[in-house]
Amino acid sequence: MKKKEITLDEFRIGDKGFVLNVLGEKRVKRRLFDMGITPGIEIYLRKKAPLGDPIEITLRGYELTLRKDEAKNVIMEVNND
Amino acid sequence: MIRFALAGNPNSGKTTLFNGLTGSTAHVGNWPGVTVDKKEGVYKKLNEPIQIIDLPGIYSLSPYTPEEVVARNYILDEQPDCVINIVDATNLERNLYLTTQIMEIDVPMVIALNMMDEVEKEGDVIYEKYLELELGVPVVKISALKEQGLDELMERAYNSYKKDRSGVTVLKETSLNHLINDVKIALKGQKVLNPLFHAVKLVESDELEVSMHNNIVAMVEEFKNTHQDSTFGTDFEALVADGRYKYICKHFSPAIKKKNKDKFKETKSNKADKILTHKIWGIPIFILVLFSIFHLTFAEDFLYLGSIFNLPSLEDLGLVNEHGPINFGVKLLSCIYDGAIFSPGCIINNLWNEVIIGEIFGALQTLIENSGLSYWAVGLLNNGIIDGICGVLSFLPWILVLFMLFSILEDSGYMARIAFILDKLFRKFGLSGRAFLPMIMGFGCSVPAMINTRTLADSKEKIATIRVIPFFSCGAKLPILTAISGAIVAGGVGNADIITFGMYLLGITCAIISVLFMRSTTLKGETPPFIMELPTYRLPRFKNLMLHLWDKAKHFIEKAFTIILASTIVIWVLTHFNFGWSFLGDDKINNSILANIGKLVQPIFTPLGFGSQLGEFGWVFIVAAVVGLIAKENVITTFSTLATCVIAILSLEIGGLDYMAEDGIDAVRVMIMATNISVPALISFIAFNMTTIPCFAAVATARAELNEKNTFSGTLLFWIFASYVIASVIYTVGTWWWTLFIWLAVFAIVGVIIKLRNKSLKKEN
Repeated sequence: MKKKEITLDEFRIGDKGFVLNVLGEKRVKRRLFDMGITPGIEIYLRKKAPLGDPIEITLRGYELTLRKDEAKNVIMEVNND
Repeated sequence: MIRFALAGNPNSGKTTLFNGLTGSTAHVGNWPGVTVDKKEGVYKKLNEPIQIIDLPGIYSLSPYTPEEVVARNYILDEQPDCVINIVDATNLERNLYLTTQIMEIDVPMVIALNMMDEVEKEGDVIYEKYLELELGVPVVKISALKEQGLDELMERAYNSYKKDRSGVTVLKETSLNHLINDVKIALKGQKVLNPLFHAVKLVESDELEVSMHNNIVAMVEEFKNTHQDSTFGTDFEALVADGRYKYICKHFSPAIKKKNKDKFKETKSNKADKILTHKIWGIPIFILVLFSIFHLTFAEDFLYLGSIFNLPSLEDLGLVNEHGPINFGVKLLSCIYDGAIFSPGCIINNLWNEVIIGEIFGALQTLIENSGLSYWAVGLLNNGIIDGICGVLSFLPWILVLFMLFSILEDSGYMARIAFILDKLFRKFGLSGRAFLPMIMGFGCSVPAMINTRTLADSKEKIATIRVIPFFSCGAKLPILTAISGAIVAGGVGNADIITFGMYLLGITCAIISVLFMRSTTLKGETPPFIMELPTYRLPRFKNLMLHLWDKAKHFIEKAFTIILASTIVIWVLTHFNFGWSFLGDDKINNSILANIGKLVQPIFTPLGFGSQLGEFGWVFIVAAVVGLIAKENVITTFSTLATCVIAILSLEIGGLDYMAEDGIDAVRVMIMATNISVPALISFIAFNMTTIPCFAAVATARAELNEKNTFSGTLLFWIFASYVIASVIYTVGTWWWTLFIWLAVFAIVGVIIKLRNKSLKKEN
């Protein structure tokens, strides 16, 4: 099992990992929190849009889409076992 | 009356629950100041009637979106007797996040655990008694879709509303507990209502609260200096959000027992998405969906059955002769079939316009004609009022059919995927993927297209989209294109298809340039964040669709009979009276008020090619454009009307031209003869009508959707300005090709100035 810190936009399709921290401008950050992206939660990158951006992730039992620009704010620990 | 408010996440089945509770009593309006739908209805199955208010669907009570602010202010300020919080049981964790926020307000509350049928189908179990104990408020299992548990829900809400409930917070387990408590006591001392809710918001440094309770901010700031969290530092907003989710995971999640333990297992929706948002097939499928919408609505040869099987027309069958259909049955048949089966949209449109509107208003007009009223009164009633009403009502089928198809996309969950697929492309223009569909619907009709800009979250994006929707040339503008290009070709120049196609392309190009221009000048702003739920695919509910359509039809008809009708009458009066207020028949329009105004303002249109250079009869184009505001197809019918008087005055030799023909080509040719208008000027005239102020129905819709007066008048100015520039460019370049370089230079200079200005503005910040 390998572990390393990257941001969510660097995830590849099929990657799983835990949220370490969320950064960013106030409004975007609050939105990310409100949608359930909080430290400790596990995220799965299900797919990318046909043009490569935005991305689709699964967390807390539902699907969320966000742009790579916004995903940059989410610090992750990759955990592909 | 007792008032219960419905609150919950988007896609939690809130609309279905609302429709189930209120049925046909629902009434849709707007929340003051914002174009967020406000739905109200009455539940009648209890001892006393209960008013149900549907709050906008939200994920949180943050201060950042108009929906959130509306919902929050309603619960706080209007103090409903009870809040029914609808929770999607298939997605408890995220849905309960909003619940933990509403719980902090001093208001009676009941939880409706929706979509229980789906939970049970999955084999999962929810212990609602346990949840009830943990939350401290009643929890009722329901299925809004199957209308199960609704009466029990209302009964429990009815019993709860009589008991006061004080807010409780789940943040008591966090390090912020003491601070929240202290702030709450301080607020209570100032007799503030809902002290706990305000205390939490103050601790979050919520924008709306900080200005309201300035004196307490200092206390929070002081605390912040002594409190450092290892992860969040002094970002209390993050600390609060994190605290809520932690509490939910720890205390509420045990209430659900999942059969399938795999957190990321592939659901049915995921499987559907494998195809619908596929890397390669996603975009072609979207184009196919789009094509189907237009085919279902407008095609006169549905599924191309007519051409494939070479079906005979009604005339071939001897059912239609030179007087029209041989009987009423054939007339009905001709609405559905004539050499090809019409699309559902066309059938509805034909039945509505030929049979219902045609017969009823036709009979009414005959009645008025034979009533012995004076000549001008018959004219006003028949041509001014009834034709005006018919003109507007004739759009209704298109509007409703397009609107219904759009709602199906929205309700099924596919709309969110369209945004997902197209976002990257549209971001380049400062728009989000959601802006695409309203724009493309503009090709059908601007009215439903403008209404659907409601799905855009950002107000600047919405304004920009509404402004360019008319550039996507709608169905009613097609007769202008075909008649004028037909006349140009009859004059020996060009190809009608190329002209038509070119004009559509021109519209799209102008839309893109205009959006880029607005987003870098008057409607500047950051591209709104795109963090959106992809809801589970669901079959749209027939009842929801119909209730939705009924609302839209009602609103449109209301407008048709007020603002649109009034404008239509004004234009009729202007074309049928002279300055001495004596009535003029159709053959004397050249003396009308409008024609005289046209003659007066004619020089203004000289750069566009249809001004002073056309001489005495140049005003016909101006009059036609103004009458076109009633409905754009009137531009061409006006030419037919005007042809009579023009031919008489000029004693024109028109050969075999049939200027009353429906295609309008010969009517345009008469206008060409009378004015010697050039080909570039004719094309400029098409472009002008396409991009200028749209018909009154669309203007009224834009007025309703743009809630600030300034943005609406700005929009009118934009349409006038844009059409003037576009038409001038076409005329001058078409007449003197070298002026292209002058225009390019002008645009380049404007572009550079905007860029430099934005750069210096950025530096200042």
